[in-house]
Amino acid sequence: MSLKTMSQAAHSGDQLAYDHNHDGVDRRGFLKCMAWAGTGAFCVIRGGVLRSYSMSRLAEMDPKERAKEMAGELSFAQISDSHMGFNKAANPDVAATLKAAVDKVNGLAVAPEFLLHTGDISHLSKPEEFDTVEQILKEAKPKDIFYVPGEHDVLNDNGQQFLERYGKGSKGAGWYSFDKKGVHFIGLVNVVNLKAGGLGTLGQEQLEWLENDVKPLQPSTPLVVFAHIPLWSVYPEWGWGTDDSAQALRYLRKFGSVTVLNGHIHQTMQKIEGNITFHTAASTAFPQPAPGKADSPGPMKVPAEQLKSVLGITDVNFVRGKQALGLVDSTLE
Amino acid sequence: MRRSVSFAVLSAVGLLGMSALTAPPRNLAARAAQKAQRAEVKIDNFSFGPATLTVPAGTTVTWTNRDDIPHTVTSSDDPRLFKSKVLDTDEKFSFTFTNAGTYPYFCSIHPKMTAKVIVE
Repeated sequence: MSLKTMSQAAHSGDQLAYDHNHDGVDRRGFLKCMAWAGTGAFCVIRGGVLRSYSMSRLAEMDPKERAKEMAGELSFAQISDSHMGFNKAANPDVAATLKAAVDKVNGLAVAPEFLLHTGDISHLSKPEEFDTVEQILKEAKPKDIFYVPGEHDVLNDNGQQFLERYGKGSKGAGWYSFDKKGVHFIGLVNVVNLKAGGLGTLGQEQLEWLENDVKPLQPSTPLVVFAHIPLWSVYPEWGWGTDDSAQALRYLRKFGSVTVLNGHIHQTMQKIEGNITFHTAASTAFPQPAPGKADSPGPMKVPAEQLKSVLGITDVNFVRGKQALGLVDSTLE
Repeated sequence: MRRSVSFAVLSAVGLLGMSALTAPPRNLAARAAQKAQRAEVKIDNFSFGPATLTVPAGTTVTWTNRDDIPHTVTSSDDPRLFKSKVLDTDEKFSFTFTNAGTYPYFCSIHPKMTAKVIVE
């Protein structure tokens, strides 16, 4: 099916068809739209109506018309798992693919205002690895970049170096929150003090901080929570989950729109649970197998010419008052 | 004369026999002791192999990371008895277990990877 046909299909089915929760959000339509996302379709929910456009159709538009069509209140992009320093068969040149991800970000039809990096910035927590990522990301148009650490960023020193580089204004192991145009962003750390046999962990101190951080907020405030390891149980056998995330999610139940953005699993995955949309980004370095489809969650080798098609970024557009965020995953091609 | 010669011969044979009995066992025991001093664990595919290693007290265990992802060897006990630096592919870590006991450990980067050393 060509992209043009798909966007036509989207328009024919874009009235609010399923409103079981009576809240104006067509979740089934949203999920349908998300399924197209891997091909570079752009979905926006506006006025309860789902619209989708192919990236190529957007590129053909007059810039003013395009800006109007795609106007969201807030745009940002998520990149993840750059693993600078990795050099094995699955990708001998992770710097090149990170540069390709930056090019992708810079080429987005609506420029993101800032970037979120959901961790595993480096592969071995080496200073030169962090330095290289910093150099490459300097080429990205968005100058504000917010980070949370992955387990590869806190080796040897329990995260001291990460905090020195990225932890200004954060608490504990590096958690923090900030606001952008009325959307409340929360960066969480679930990769330190990991217990034998366990999954990711947030810890009591961080959970208490989270509870207090969201307490004064109105339920209508849209939330974006980002952390490295998934905050839902993707595949516990491989450590793809967080032991104490249920408690964190309880503090977020009152909010009408919560988007959780994670990394760690090096593939895109999404799940909607009530008002919470969970989404994981692809890596910019190497893919990993789907849950249970291999002996272990190690780097997955693909033919060199296919590598860029299994790496990617996530573009996020938020339209005020319209519940869900438009989440678009693009591969590096 | 013959009797004393025979006796001498018998004694000589006996002495030789005695030394033959004592010398090799000393070498065998030494070699056996040397073998017991070392053991190996391979890290691959997000797992420690063997997952349970049983060794005599005094053994030095060497872990080698054959995986294409870094791992650590971290004692699960509190306080920690041992913790390796981060081991990239082909890097090694060794620890000598002097006392009998069960020593569970895990990879601090991928905590689902667990194993133990039983020292007898």
